Amino acid sequence: MINGNLKATYAADERVLNNSYKQAFVYGTMLALAFFAAFANEYMILIACKMGILLIAVVGVNILTGYTGLVSLGHGAFVALGAYTVTMLDNGLTGIIPNQFMFFVVVPIAIAVTALIGVLVGLPSLRVKGLYLAVATLAANFIVIFLIEQDAFAPWTGGVVGIDTPDANLLGWVLDTNREMFILISVVAFTSLLAAQNLIRTRVGRAFIAIRDRDYSAEILGISLLRYKLTSFALSAAYCGLAGAMFAFFYSRILPEQFELDLSLELVAALIVGGMGRTMGPVFGVMVIVMMPEVIKVFAAYFTGGDAASARYISPLQEIAFGLLLVFFLLKEPLGINHITDRILRAANRWPFARG
Amino acid sequence: MLKIEDLHLSFGGIKALQGISFEAKPGEITGVIGPNGAGKTSLFNAISGFYKPDRGKVYFEGRDITDLSPDKRAELGLARTFQNIALFRGMTVLDNIKLGGHTRLKTNVWQALRYFGKAQKEELELRRDIEERVIDFLEIDHIRKYPITMLPYGLQKRVELGRALAMQPKVLMLDEPVAGMNREETADMARFILDVQEQFGTTILLVEHDMHMVMDICSHIVVLNFGQQIASGTPAEVSGNEDVIEAYLGAAA
Repeated sequence: MINGNLKATYAADERVLNNSYKQAFVYGTMLALAFFAAFANEYMILIACKMGILLIAVVGVNILTGYTGLVSLGHGAFVALGAYTVTMLDNGLTGIIPNQFMFFVVVPIAIAVTALIGVLVGLPSLRVKGLYLAVATLAANFIVIFLIEQDAFAPWTGGVVGIDTPDANLLGWVLDTNREMFILISVVAFTSLLAAQNLIRTRVGRAFIAIRDRDYSAEILGISLLRYKLTSFALSAAYCGLAGAMFAFFYSRILPEQFELDLSLELVAALIVGGMGRTMGPVFGVMVIVMMPEVIKVFAAYFTGGDAASARYISPLQEIAFGLLLVFFLLKEPLGINHITDRILRAANRWPFARG
Repeated sequence: MLKIEDLHLSFGGIKALQGISFEAKPGEITGVIGPNGAGKTSLFNAISGFYKPDRGKVYFEGRDITDLSPDKRAELGLARTFQNIALFRGMTVLDNIKLGGHTRLKTNVWQALRYFGKAQKEELELRRDIEERVIDFLEIDHIRKYPITMLPYGLQKRVELGRALAMQPKVLMLDEPVAGMNREETADMARFILDVQEQFGTTILLVEHDMHMVMDICSHIVVLNFGQQIASGTPAEVSGNEDVIEAYLGAAA
């Protein structure tokens, strides 16, 4: 039933959690995460960290693709840039900057670098739209991976064999276990989500949505397409850079092949499944995309009885399931899981009256 | 206020506008009429900056704006609506109207991400301004949270007017504000346009096919036919003009 919806001030009406359902959901989730950090087993923590890292990146892709309407298939490159910038800076600055401050120096620099490269990659968006832009951004992914793999840069990047990454050190607190990293990642992911939500309820985010919905109409309202399209690229790249930084701190070693086209596609797929242009879309999408291989593993183990020879079918099976999932959502639920939850919430709101 | 001087525009061999000159006087409603294909919307697009004229100038408050981009013209105080509604369909009525305030707000990306502080203050001021000056004025408070797609055509037109008003424009250009409306809706819209002129002192430039409305509310009318300006003057002068009668009804047998 509708309750908690009476607003007496504009401030109350403009709040993010403007009804009791949302408040219950968010505070409940925070509580659940706290319990999770304390009691979940190592494997669950690992899966949750994967989700968190991917979530930060997908929130970034959502800003660009979901809100501004510009499709990018190259955002894996920004995750790579974030991860490698953090790692290389950490190696280069050891001894110059005290270890306990390193995190607060390298992460902002990594974000700034990816944002800058994001602007460069975004330049074609001023001329081309839709599929053509997607293909143009695709190039970014290949170029970045190509450069990382070059032997000439191998002393810094590690080349094709990858490079060992540092542990995060927050003012002396070394996060060398997954459980500690989970705390950091969930705080960063939550903040990212909140920041994205803040963005779209203010001037800048509204301009993004205006460009997505009708670009000439946006221009007539005084929105410079050049400026806002590039801002959107910079922001989404920055989010992916932040995700990359978390990636580097979480894993003990990074390889260039982890950031190839697969990752870029995974980011877009998670967004499509979750729901484009909605705050919670990335959250639902990431959960499904990360959980799906795990579910398939469990099923495969059940049906084959843990037969070692059948394990080789799991990987292609995962890819088939991935494709089927995307096709299903594009055909049946193009607005993603968020649209399903919207319908459920609306029905709950009207209960006991007709659903409508 | 808004002065058009000898405007020429062509698309390939088609001469869409040939030497249009007129002035929209401050605080007055100026109407642009003409049969289909006369060049009215082309004229609007040239004034708002989507088309670059081959020749001629557009002056806004005495300043030459012929070479400015649409968004720069909007910043100066030039607002418009479109013939086919150009609202943002993925947003609510409130968000659409808030976008009208875009140029007046100063929040940057960094402030927007944090929200609390300057961005919040500015957003709440905008909300108050919009609620009191636009939503209340246009009597659309019952639909402020509705998505645009749920609204009937007449209300969408009104929301588009609201979005333009939120810009606090000096010159408001309305491209067929009552096209496709019934008589009651037309009367409502005409009243809103007159109210805008009276309350805000906005200079209004209007393209419209509804002759009754144009004759009733405009103080000055410009008539176009095949890209040429065939008459201009008060409603009485224009409606008695033989060229105008010929353009609309054909020559007397």
